[in-house]
Amino acid sequence: MSALKEFTKGLYKENPIFRQMLGCCPMLATSGSVESGLGMGVAATFVLICSNVIISLIRAIVPKKIRIPIYIVVIATFVTIVDLAMAGFLPALHKTLGIFVPLIVVNCIILGRAEAFAGKNSVGLAFLDGLGMGLGFMLALFILGTIREILGNGTFMGIPVMSSSFEPVLLMVLPPGAFLVIGFLLGFFNWIERRRTARG
Amino acid sequence: MELQNLLVIAVGAIFINNFVFSRFLGICPYIGVSRNLDSAVGMGAAVTFVLTMASAVTYVLNHYLLAPTQENLFFLILSLSQPPDLTFLRTIVFILVIASLVQFVEMVIQKSSPSLYKALGIYLPLITTNCIILGVAILNVTQSYTFIESIIHGISAGAGFTLALILMAGIREKLELADVPQSLRGVPIAFIMAGLMAIAFLGFSGLKLVP
Repeated sequence: MSALKEFTKGLYKENPIFRQMLGCCPMLATSGSVESGLGMGVAATFVLICSNVIISLIRAIVPKKIRIPIYIVVIATFVTIVDLAMAGFLPALHKTLGIFVPLIVVNCIILGRAEAFAGKNSVGLAFLDGLGMGLGFMLALFILGTIREILGNGTFMGIPVMSSSFEPVLLMVLPPGAFLVIGFLLGFFNWIERRRTARG
Repeated sequence: MELQNLLVIAVGAIFINNFVFSRFLGICPYIGVSRNLDSAVGMGAAVTFVLTMASAVTYVLNHYLLAPTQENLFFLILSLSQPPDLTFLRTIVFILVIASLVQFVEMVIQKSSPSLYKALGIYLPLITTNCIILGVAILNVTQSYTFIESIIHGISAGAGFTLALILMAGIREKLELADVPQSLRGVPIAFIMAGLMAIAFLGFSGLKLVP
């Protein structure tokens, strides 16, 4: 039962973006379209799961004092794997994401989970935690990417979804759109939480 | 010509491609630390300092150890038949160098200037995970800047970050007194304001600097 909880907490209750405000930079930068957002989400989830599992495996032999540099090396190794694999198999996506692929290293979600969870729990739980947090991150990118792509371009995954009379709001796919959408989304989630606590 | 080139890089990094408003680097400290003017100035100064150092160090490392150039040290010392291409190690090497650089800078400042250490102290450890440092180091390589250009790029990226932080802190201090809807208080309104400021900074993209 508690294993299921470790998995689902990342989706909403402790969602890395909406609840913990971690990993903002890649979220804002890669949410211009659904496709690039999902690409970023998958890459970060892969790194998060792998680093969580490895760090959980070596947690007994890592000296406390130098644990952070060791975590960073583990994370950087998997980021390099993703970087090279993406450049080889998905060159177009690699070009769109640009420097944000190597920058997954400094994504605070990954180091944060290593420090807060994987370094203290068993491999199975660390895997579930990584999967849940990764999916939560992907979900946030998907929501943001959907809103920005539909409003800014009139398309969803490249397929037109708005009527032909719809005038795309170019601002939404430009940098300011990312800030505005995430601001109002956070406000919306705050509003839901406040209504929930007021009721119960 | 050289000077003009440097000016283009500086104005580009501060205004046209401001690191916070258009490249989305360094958002976490930007939202977290911009609550008042003093801490904004402290954080900005610390980031600019580390950025300048990191630009110089990573340039040297990349040019003499990782990139397949004629001056590659492995090539010269081991007398290999051709320069080795170690660029796939870039991410790992850069992040380790930046982390140790931040530690080193912290220790040096603590010894040499206790007053500066007191002012910057708490912000220095936070900088390692600030994506602006690694971002600038990688951009320096991908844009193939020279040594001087890398340093200028680092300084102006720091200046652009400080500018964004100070502007934001000024507005947020005023905002304390404003009547913001309950759900939008705190972080959401900070993002919305950042969006409005990013629109203003879009105006700079009309600047044509390339001669």
